[in-house]
Amino acid sequence: MTTAAPVLRVRDRLRDRVAQLAELVATPLVPADYVDLLDPLRNGTDLRARIVAVTAETADAATLELRPGRGWRGHVPGQYVRIGVDVDGVRLWRAYSVTSSTDTTFTITVKAIPDGVVSNHLVRRARAGSVVQLDQATGDFVLPTSRPTKALFVTAGSGITPVMGMLRSTPLDDVVLVHSAPTADDVIFATELRTWATQGRISLVEKHTDTDGMLTTDELAAVVPDLSEREAWACGPTGMLDALETWWPNDLLHTERFRPSVLVLGDGGSVTFARSGTTVDADGATPLLTAGEAAGVLMPSGCRMGICFGCVLPLREGAVRDLRTGDVTTAAVGDGVLIQTCISAAAGPCDLDV
Amino acid sequence: MTAIQKKPDNAIAHLSPADIEELGRSLDAIREQVVGSRGADDAAYIRKVIDVQRKLELTSRAVLLFSLFPPAWLAGTTGLSIAKILENMEIGHNILHGQWDWMRDPKIHSTTWEWDNATPADMWKHSHNELHHAYTNVLGKDNDLGYGIMRVDEDQRWSPFYLGQPLYNFLNACFFQYGIAAYDLEIGKYLKGRKEKVAFKGQVTKVLNKVKKHALRDYVLHPLLSGPSALTTLGANATANLVRNLWTHSIIMCGHFPEGVETFEKTSIVGETRGEWYLRQMLGAANIDGGAAMHMMSGNLSFQIEHHLFPDLPSNRYAEIAPQVQALFEKYELSYVSGSFPKQLASAWHKVFRLALPNDFLAKTAASVTDLPVRAAGKAA
Repeated sequence: MTTAAPVLRVRDRLRDRVAQLAELVATPLVPADYVDLLDPLRNGTDLRARIVAVTAETADAATLELRPGRGWRGHVPGQYVRIGVDVDGVRLWRAYSVTSSTDTTFTITVKAIPDGVVSNHLVRRARAGSVVQLDQATGDFVLPTSRPTKALFVTAGSGITPVMGMLRSTPLDDVVLVHSAPTADDVIFATELRTWATQGRISLVEKHTDTDGMLTTDELAAVVPDLSEREAWACGPTGMLDALETWWPNDLLHTERFRPSVLVLGDGGSVTFARSGTTVDADGATPLLTAGEAAGVLMPSGCRMGICFGCVLPLREGAVRDLRTGDVTTAAVGDGVLIQTCISAAAGPCDLDV
Repeated sequence: MTAIQKKPDNAIAHLSPADIEELGRSLDAIREQVVGSRGADDAAYIRKVIDVQRKLELTSRAVLLFSLFPPAWLAGTTGLSIAKILENMEIGHNILHGQWDWMRDPKIHSTTWEWDNATPADMWKHSHNELHHAYTNVLGKDNDLGYGIMRVDEDQRWSPFYLGQPLYNFLNACFFQYGIAAYDLEIGKYLKGRKEKVAFKGQVTKVLNKVKKHALRDYVLHPLLSGPSALTTLGANATANLVRNLWTHSIIMCGHFPEGVETFEKTSIVGETRGEWYLRQMLGAANIDGGAAMHMMSGNLSFQIEHHLFPDLPSNRYAEIAPQVQALFEKYELSYVSGSFPKQLASAWHKVFRLALPNDFLAKTAASVTDLPVRAAGKAA
């Protein structure tokens, strides 16, 4: 039909040939190993991001502005990204909500939690210019395509972060935000939120738990009288979310968890990481992911709370217990049952294909 | 030498089992101290070495595109030789030992790394990490004692075949990467029918594929890319491979073959405790004295003793723990074998020549053995 197609095909074939040649010339490495030295953010390589700026939000929270590599596919407000950070030389992956509406650079906001290795590193030691590993944005804690006419957000602590991503990018007509933080100074994004409230863009209810105590469902019902008419999104500590889910009067509540809930413990067992030929004894409280990492096994990992499935591995044989529910999953030889290693502990001897 | 257990003056006879376990605990403490302090500086170190090596290799190969000009040939060949040595020693050998696994970087990990060497990483890890490092210098168990083609201990039985071993050793040095690949294939074991045919054939295919790919790279593609400089680039690549082979072979000879290094009887490791294992590693290896350049170019195998005690600790930390290890040698009156590179190399070659002949010839060459490169710490003092 046209001459464009054959020309394209020739060009494609030529490009393939050049790529093949580059591979042969670079063996045993791949060309990317060399090119990455010069441009770690280029298209087609593992996704990474460069930290552009670090801004303090509160005494223990900071916002990191990241310039993602050219393979970045963007995000939907409310979604989170997995970030791989080298802390004391060790690559650790954690999930953080995107808090900006933008994508050329985007922001995550991190609250340093006590003993949080990665969060403390990011808040206190991360510097502009350094490169972190990145995964595409994911998560279904997002606004529906048809905007709710009346929305309610119930957040606590860093639970505000995914909601901030939504509020910054999506104009909503009628928004109530009930946010809990220990004190007024601990409120992340305080200035922006209070300005919005003054402008009438949102109705803001701040609950300072150090002085006012924890938010109860009764209180919530009192401050949001039309609660049952609102589509709601809640994000915060497990206790709060569990309470809300039990109490909520209808099915309009969406929740996002940052931590696995309820630990159900049992006996551990010896864990074999078949391909790396390592065997360790793990107790019934230690996630297989942690046990493997401690033994130097290259474990895939993700959110570390059982939601992203970035850590899934085949269980060749044995029994594991889901630390959230206590459910035991068993695998016989040949089953290769896929398990989430971050929320599974040994419930007897087990053999993982890694 | 002779297996330590058969010697009239057994160098470990003065140690009680309690001493040996105490020694083991002291070494465990040194290990813990390094493991506990591994951090960002170490990670930055290995990344820097990898970065420098890759840039040096790229630059050298780029310069060799014009290798028709003698200065370009010389600069490119020197650079490529150094790059290949760094790649094999400080980078490849040590990453494949799992020294950097703690970083959890999938790009710098013993399970994902592949190196510029004829032997595939997984085969080498088996014969080197699992066999040589576990059975270090145990006669009949550690095939690194002569690689199956040489006799490097009086207790290895002599046969006329060994008369040629200086030649075999020289040839092995020149073609060392292929020597290692053949060694890792355990050809001898296969010929004796002690290795499964299917597994062996699969390994042979893997090795040949790798050899083909690497030969295509060094001896066909890069020369062709050099256009008019094709032949000189071919020569440069062959030279760089030869230099790398001779150097790595020499460093490795210095690790276990110099006089003063002990060997052990097969039965002596039955029921071996952690302390006894450490003791065997202490006596079964030799160091090379030298500066930063020697340590870097040898992949820190100039600290072969420390490496054998702690094969999975990051190589950049061996220099720091060497004085503590040496102090333990003194405390327990053991000899820390170390010497300059020429001295250790000469000592190892001397042994190769000496043991080409039956043991009775030993007496006749004994005079030249008095010049041992042994620093007997403690005892000598």
